[in-house]
Amino acid sequence: MTDPSPDNPSVARGPAGAVRPALSPTRLALRRFRRNRLALAGLVVLAAVVTASLTGIVWNVALTVGETVDETGAKTWHIGQKLPPYQRSLPGIHPQPPSLVPFRPFGTDPLGRNMLARTLVGGCVSLGVGLAAAIVSVLVGTVWGLVAGYVGRGVDTVMMRVVDVLYGLPYILLVILLLVLFTQQAAWVRITVLFLAIGGVSWLTMARVVRGQVLALREAEFIQAARAMGTRTGRIIFREMLPNLAGTILICATLTVPMAILQESFLSFLGLGVLPPLASWGTLASDAMGALNPVQAYWWLIVFPCAFLGATLLGLNFVGDGLRDAFDPRAR
Amino acid sequence: MLHYILRRLLYFIPTLLIIYTVAFLMMRAAPGSPFAQEKDLPPEVLQARIEKYYADRPVYQYFRYAWDLATLRGMNSIRYPERNVVRDILAPAFPVSLALGICALSLALVVGTAAGVISAARPRSLADYSAMAGALVGISQPSFVIAALLLAVFSFWLRWLPVGGWGRPSQLILPALALAALPAAYIARLVRTGMLEVLSADYIRTARAKGLHERTVLLDHALRNAWLPVLGYLGPAAAAVFTGSFVVEKIFAIPGVGQHFVDSALHRDHPLILATVLLYAVLLVAFNLVVDIAYAWFDPRIRYD
Repeated sequence: MTDPSPDNPSVARGPAGAVRPALSPTRLALRRFRRNRLALAGLVVLAAVVTASLTGIVWNVALTVGETVDETGAKTWHIGQKLPPYQRSLPGIHPQPPSLVPFRPFGTDPLGRNMLARTLVGGCVSLGVGLAAAIVSVLVGTVWGLVAGYVGRGVDTVMMRVVDVLYGLPYILLVILLLVLFTQQAAWVRITVLFLAIGGVSWLTMARVVRGQVLALREAEFIQAARAMGTRTGRIIFREMLPNLAGTILICATLTVPMAILQESFLSFLGLGVLPPLASWGTLASDAMGALNPVQAYWWLIVFPCAFLGATLLGLNFVGDGLRDAFDPRAR
Repeated sequence: MLHYILRRLLYFIPTLLIIYTVAFLMMRAAPGSPFAQEKDLPPEVLQARIEKYYADRPVYQYFRYAWDLATLRGMNSIRYPERNVVRDILAPAFPVSLALGICALSLALVVGTAAGVISAARPRSLADYSAMAGALVGISQPSFVIAALLLAVFSFWLRWLPVGGWGRPSQLILPALALAALPAAYIARLVRTGMLEVLSADYIRTARAKGLHERTVLLDHALRNAWLPVLGYLGPAAAAVFTGSFVVEKIFAIPGVGQHFVDSALHRDHPLILATVLLYAVLLVAFNLVVDIAYAWFDPRIRYD
């Protein structure tokens, strides 16, 4: 968070700032970021959620290992012999509230599946959607914005009109049409399409932001100097401009991830998200909506996925804000 | 200024035409026929239906649908063959979404601005942290979870408000709150950041040095400038809110337009897809114009000519 109060050493820099040893702007920005406790807390929470989700995948895969006996009677162990915990129904009457003995800290769902396993696997899917959207928006959005901003004139006008038109279409229409193209395909194709569909609508903001920055940078003296020295266009774009855009791109990407995760949960609510038995935080939360009634509240079905979702989005927002403050040229 | 507005209005037509064309191409490219049903139709009936919607003549369909929509005459939906997309589907649903949207957006503006100003007035205070914590809840949960939370507290537990439906003012409160949560959270954060930046400006120091009341400084001098980023966010947000949120309308059983955005795409109901796309595009373009005019009003430095 920007705080221009004088007790914040990263902001209050008078003439004394000139005395400091010269550090690269990125190093200075990272130093400001490290001083931002909220952003660091966000980073820690984020790391914890990612670690937990990855551990969850390992745990789920490990428990599918089962014994097979071939025709000679030799016993071998194989992955995928048994159903992983997130798919496996436990004996008894369900849903059961959280309990430590037997170890089901998040309880079970109406089909008797372990909610801890489902939440962690769902985390991998949701985080994957966010990551994929960020990658697509960094790749497509950056190139689009760079070319439009640097080439300028007619190319700029046309490319930005394309972005405007795509903005003008309700994004839900784009995503649904992309998804219905592949409804009959295999599960992994569908997930890939889901990733790409959400990424495909999230690069627009990145393109606009990058173009704005490039327009400002293009007139900067060091770029003009490079051009005057006869530097090739490709080199100017990738070696001179891109490092200066890195901060902007990083911030925009960090803030793309929460939007993508929310969009995935919205698609799950429509029944267009990942297909069962696979889960994401969005499908878990929207499944739990059915369990919400005034007679018997199965609170654990909705609380745990939403807590993970909330923690991730908060962490990402804090990190994004922290990065923005750290890279903000006015804060130097 | 008038010149500028007229020129922008003139731009509307090609912009809408391009959006319509892209939507039309995407719609035609999507696989699956809108005429497919569970029961196989006799071939003559199917052929008659295809001809009725000009689906076999794409070029004619393109111009015919465009003309029918431009003259607001509309054509009949494929999914509900007896209902006209403009007269029977969108015209009754849009006022509902508009009323809900206006309530939600005003709520978001008031709450968001108030929270932003309060937290910027005393940074790092309890008020600041609680306002920003509230804003973060709005940002960090999907709208259906917020709606479920509101339902659980106010309808099931306290039994103050009805579960859903449309018609009475009491049925408006919960959906408006659920819809306002995300924009309110964004506005609060934008206002806070803007205020903190503006409050360190020289003219604010001058205003304080003159001995102006702190409230005058904050609300009259600072907020006017700090509010500018909110305007930019407001254009797309208003278009999205006024065209309804599918999720909120579904949970609270509200007969708005949100459902048609999703249903038309899911069922590939070509006339309805084009009608909803154009409705959204008209609103978005119009709001962006309103926002640009409001910019000039808020910030006299901005001149359009």
